[in-house]
Amino acid sequence: MRSKDIALVALFAAITVVLGLFPLIELPLVPAPFTAQTLGVMLAGSILGARRGGLAILLFVALVAIGLPVLPGGRGGIGVILGPTGGFILAYPVGAFVVGLITEWLWRRYNLAWALLANAIGGALVLYVIGIPWMAVSANLPLGKAITGSVVFLPGDLAKVIVASLTAVTVRRAYPLVQPRQAA
Amino acid sequence: MLSLFHEARSPVHAVPAGAKLLVLLAAGTGLFFVRSIVGLGAAMGAVVLCYALARVPPRVGLRHLLPIVPVLAVIVVAQVLLTGWVTAVVVGQRIVVLVALANLVTLTTRTSAMVATVETALRPLRPLGVRPERVGLVVAMTIRFIPVLKEQADQVRAAQRARGVRRSTRFLTPLLIKTLRLADGLGDALEARGAGSD
Repeated sequence: MRSKDIALVALFAAITVVLGLFPLIELPLVPAPFTAQTLGVMLAGSILGARRGGLAILLFVALVAIGLPVLPGGRGGIGVILGPTGGFILAYPVGAFVVGLITEWLWRRYNLAWALLANAIGGALVLYVIGIPWMAVSANLPLGKAITGSVVFLPGDLAKVIVASLTAVTVRRAYPLVQPRQAA
Repeated sequence: MLSLFHEARSPVHAVPAGAKLLVLLAAGTGLFFVRSIVGLGAAMGAVVLCYALARVPPRVGLRHLLPIVPVLAVIVVAQVLLTGWVTAVVVGQRIVVLVALANLVTLTTRTSAMVATVETALRPLRPLGVRPERVGLVVAMTIRFIPVLKEQADQVRAAQRARGVRRSTRFLTPLLIKTLRLADGLGDALEARGAGSD
């Protein structure tokens, strides 16, 4: 890994922390500030690609695990990871990697539609696929019930997929960093 | 950037980070085989004793447990409706014990000790191209980046507010482009000091 890659990885880990620090979108109907850490997951993959994006978010998860209060509300520590919602946090780096992988495949014809697809799969679907079974095991719940309960996250995640995709498409034009992957 | 470490002199603080993590791993696995309210009650008692031994005040311990309460409430209600109250209590107890124990590790272990443990744990991965000594560097860089980025984000927001833009998510693009330049400069600086390529 070159020095520049190390700097970019550290930058996106830090961006993900900062996104959790303040409400990004103040929705009029939702009382709680809508924090946006998964936005960092999608942006890392979309802007840095699979390897560097995945490493950036892995670094973010490492910061949580070593006990820094980098999650919204000043939370952190291994307790959060071992808790019922910890599967979602462990899924973050995988999600960023998948977003990056799809982005690399589609890089030559990357546009808003492809960005939406990449971010929806890596930034939402992958997180559900890992996070929900983790919750089902931790809470001893049937998988079906855990899936039903997770429907509450859908509207927020949809909003984040759109915001991340719009941003990724603009940044690609201004500052392209991804190396396109040859047809796989 | 503050860490969640709770400063105190105690035997629990003195245990090496790696050993604490191994105990946590063993306890986490073992808990899944304890299925009675009494058994898990005993485990809860043991965790309370560990907190006392670590000289962590009950208020601090409870404050760190608070964030799981909403999720826990939903799970317990779902369990009562689906399977009955015995399972609900057992599952609730198990989650509380596990999270409380993990929180204790975080509260009694310095971030620097955790980073050192991560570096040690990564050493076997060296043949795969992992450079454990880089881990400490990149963690330090990220922690240093956080206040810088917070400042940049505040600047972008202030500039947009001055132009009458409110509640916009568009501030992400200028923020990213500004900070990507920053990372470029930092990468060059690292290269010049030989912290770079393999």
